[in-house]
Amino acid sequence: MSDIFDIYLLEGVLNGLLLGGLLALLSLGLNLVFGVIDVVWICYAELIMCGMYAVYYLHVQYHWPLLLAMLAAIGVVAVLGWLLHQLVIRPVLHAEPINQLLVTGGVLFFLQAAATLAFGIEFKNLGVTLPSVRLGEMSFSAARLVAFGAALGGVIALYLFLTRTYLGTAIRAISQDRSIMPLMGVDPARIFAITSALGGALAGLAACLLVLQYDIHPAIGLSFGPITFLICVLGGLGNMLGGFIAAFIFAQFIAVGGFFFAVEWGYVIAFIFFIAVMFWRPRGILGK
Amino acid sequence: MNYPLHLAILVLLWGYIYTSWSLMGRLGLVSFGHGAFMGIGAYTVVMLWNHFGLTPWIGALAAFAFTAVVALIIGYPCFRFRIVGHYFALVTLALSEVVRLIIVAARDYTGGSLGATPNGALVEGTRASLGALQFADKEVWLAIMAAFWAGGLWVWRRVDRSMARLALQAISEEEEAAASIGIHVTRAKLRITLISALMTCAGGILYAQYQLYVNPDAVSGIAISLQMVFGVIAGGMFVMLGPTVGAAFTLLLAEGLRLAFGNRYPALDTTIYGVMLVLFIIYMPKGILGAALELWRRRSVLTT
Repeated sequence: MSDIFDIYLLEGVLNGLLLGGLLALLSLGLNLVFGVIDVVWICYAELIMCGMYAVYYLHVQYHWPLLLAMLAAIGVVAVLGWLLHQLVIRPVLHAEPINQLLVTGGVLFFLQAAATLAFGIEFKNLGVTLPSVRLGEMSFSAARLVAFGAALGGVIALYLFLTRTYLGTAIRAISQDRSIMPLMGVDPARIFAITSALGGALAGLAACLLVLQYDIHPAIGLSFGPITFLICVLGGLGNMLGGFIAAFIFAQFIAVGGFFFAVEWGYVIAFIFFIAVMFWRPRGILGK
Repeated sequence: MNYPLHLAILVLLWGYIYTSWSLMGRLGLVSFGHGAFMGIGAYTVVMLWNHFGLTPWIGALAAFAFTAVVALIIGYPCFRFRIVGHYFALVTLALSEVVRLIIVAARDYTGGSLGATPNGALVEGTRASLGALQFADKEVWLAIMAAFWAGGLWVWRRVDRSMARLALQAISEEEEAAASIGIHVTRAKLRITLISALMTCAGGILYAQYQLYVNPDAVSGIAISLQMVFGVIAGGMFVMLGPTVGAAFTLLLAEGLRLAFGNRYPALDTTIYGVMLVLFIIYMPKGILGAALELWRRRSVLTT
């Protein structure tokens, strides 16, 4: 009896690890944008939703090959990220921080409603199912394995970009001191625009992986938006390593909590854990 | 179904709830978690009534007690450890999600995402049951909502005229400085949080008893919490009737577009609303009423 119990628990833990990879990828773009521009995109999950629809329509309606559709979707969301910055964030860049938070909340309403208007409220499914992988008596979804791999790849690529390229160095410099860098010949407006596009592209990448596992509908952003913010805050807003660690902690709570109780209870425990940690370290586990 | 009456009731109800939220919001405590208090109010009353037959009057007391405890558990550490701005918004966001998820997870009792209906107390021939807080006549509800709405405005005014408001305003501008001149920051914030949370909880109870239907997404979670925040911003956060104007504006916009286009374009109203919110926050951060009053004041200065 206890043997079976253990193997399922192990399966839960390992599935949590895989979920952690996905959550880490979700938090990546949001953290990048916050770290550099100091703005929380409340509508981040809605950008991901747009990416999911882009993959769906390009692949299912227009019969593009899946990988090509995914690349195009990443491009689409990158453009959306750039537009979001130019049209919405720029005018409030020097307003009160809370207004910056709220303005992207307005975008959330807009994107969600516009998606309902354009695509309807039906659940849409890509119709691509990856097989599940068996390991001994445990089984894992291949979609999750792919997501985990892509998340790791995304993190490493972003790390190399930020540390090894001139542009990446400029982005890190801006995030450390917004007022000095213009004097050093770095144009903040340009860096912000590039960062926003990059954040959008990361949302697009997350969309490509989510679309393999979940049905698409206009309100899907609400189901993983909150958890993405909480992961970023838990890790320390703008701190990518912290976000990464926090994603795996959260995923374990959800997976193991969901193993013992229902999935929602896993989330409840994770959220309560989040609130408790905030009281202990208000700036997040790795926050400054 | 008396449609204009129904609209008036909803405007008053949401006007009341938005006013409750704005008590905190205008003093720099932007909460994304008021859905939690509304959800606690609505569900505590309905669950106690359905499962134990407890009258909503006692249910309301239980809901208030529950809300107060939750508000203190979240508020005290938040204020004690100086969790402000973004961080306060996101911690309270977590709270509203916790409440929503608990309601969904306890589906054996609450009906989960499908929602719940309070057991009907109006047997044939009766139009009202005071004990069950159920009334068939919309006029009764109009009177009740108007009373609560007026009460909400009265509280707003009391707070506005009090020393506490000055203290909180000082805190929202410069917390350290306010503390240094002897303002008890934690206590001042907790007090206004309690008032605001309890009023919102009452709003949840009224919502449940009027609609006679609750569901977790309609009374708790991120969506309803954001709806409160944006309703207030649209109307005007810093003037007494701003939240009410916001409530009227959003409802009339939705209903107006529905009348104009029928149900051909679902979500057209929220699409337009979303665009308007973004424009408001960028170009008119004082909201509709705030901007209108300013314009009027400027004109009257010019003419005199």
